[in-house]
Amino acid sequence: MSTVALAGPGTFLGSSIGKKVVMAVTGLMLFGFVLGHMAGNLQVYLPHPEEAMRSYALFLHGFLHGAGIWVARLGLLAAAALHIWAATSLTIQNKEARPVGYRQWVGWESTYASRTMRWSGVILLSFIIFHLLHLTTGQVHPQFEDMNPYRNLVTGFQQLPVSIFYILSMVLLGMHLAHGVWSMLQTLGLSHPRYKKLAQKAAVAFASLVVLGNISFPIAVLAGILK
Amino acid sequence: MGGGTGKNLNLKLHVWRQKGPNVEGQFVTYDAPGISTEMSFLEMLDVVNERLAEKGEEGIAFDHDCREGICGTCGIVIDGRPHGPRPRTTTCQLHMRSFADGDELVLEPWRAKGFPIVKDLMVDRGSLDRIIATGGFITAPTGTIPDANAIPVPKENADIAMDAAACIGCGACVAACPNASAMLFTAAKITHLAMFPQGQPERSSRALRMVAQMDAEGFGSCTNHGECESACPKGIRVEFIARMNADFVVAQVTKGRREAQAGDSSAG
Repeated sequence: MSTVALAGPGTFLGSSIGKKVVMAVTGLMLFGFVLGHMAGNLQVYLPHPEEAMRSYALFLHGFLHGAGIWVARLGLLAAAALHIWAATSLTIQNKEARPVGYRQWVGWESTYASRTMRWSGVILLSFIIFHLLHLTTGQVHPQFEDMNPYRNLVTGFQQLPVSIFYILSMVLLGMHLAHGVWSMLQTLGLSHPRYKKLAQKAAVAFASLVVLGNISFPIAVLAGILK
Repeated sequence: MGGGTGKNLNLKLHVWRQKGPNVEGQFVTYDAPGISTEMSFLEMLDVVNERLAEKGEEGIAFDHDCREGICGTCGIVIDGRPHGPRPRTTTCQLHMRSFADGDELVLEPWRAKGFPIVKDLMVDRGSLDRIIATGGFITAPTGTIPDANAIPVPKENADIAMDAAACIGCGACVAACPNASAMLFTAAKITHLAMFPQGQPERSSRALRMVAQMDAEGFGSCTNHGECESACPKGIRVEFIARMNADFVVAQVTKGRREAQAGDSSAG
């Protein structure tokens, strides 16, 4: 499919396992980001949230004399692009691998999360675009204030449909991570019978942590706790 | 099956009929009355075929050989499950007591690009043989039989290798996988040789070549559903896929360790 020599047959990126490794490594980067993103935003629960969030934003923008945030942004963009490329390529390969489907197919081990990875992924991409236009650049925000993330968060989430979209997207993110984090370990060869159950539970626990933390923000705004 | 304690079932079968590799197929419905619960699934099909022969109709073609659950030849997707509803059981070892009177069963062949249909429920699994041929071997000196236990093998390694070597190559993993991936099969074959000292010389090239052949045969890739493990009549575990992934990655990043130098023999 690819014409790049790096990705031809017999090469790392041309192989199914190579692409899976790309999925796993970029997935790990994105997972690390959502965990840190959620943890950083927990500062909205500090006693003076508006000041705390503004100084947090100033810190991120000033890190490495302003270069840090662009290193992070470009790194995340590259990770997301490679994640989507590998997913698309593998999905096409997987679809082609069964040209004629079954009249009847019964899943025993697969989960709703595992079977809907590509759909949760596509919906999350649309969420990420909306989220950036909403709370980073402000184009779709009703009253965006520059460098006032707390105020933007509160006024943004006071719109009920927006909050519902955020909450639903976070549920999908949780499903994506619950299957993805365990898959990442399996793809990188970090699997051991003694730790398999633990790893699967840890994946669900980390996914739940990210989801519960993130969902708490719109709920807290709608409940009037953050204002 | 004489004088058993079984009872008789009246079944309806929806069977995939396809005359040859590149022709259209369709489901044909057959009544199968008076099927003893003592019969194996394949004996049930034998009875159905005898009745078809008496009517002058062509019998249902299906793969079978040893009928003892060890050769890996048989394989039918029964009601959406490769080898039917019983865990760790091949189609030939599945008995009709697993079904109830009045059941309607859907019989389909393994569905995968890598398993072209030969006829009806028979598929060509030569793709799995070609994967084996690229790396499923070790290099051993010929001559006298070596002393037993001359090469120490840890007991746990031997046990894991035996677990992997239990794979009979039936292809149920491919049939069960939503992506028609042959990674459980390939992983089992890679693991069973990689666990032994005798398997080390080819360990890297084996992982590279078998994975390349697996991809070339048009199989999909693993998305960690785990359907293969539950469908496998020999209980091959998905942990072996992680082991294959690790072997492949190590082989990819370490290949080409020595550059050719002037004075190297070209005679090899």
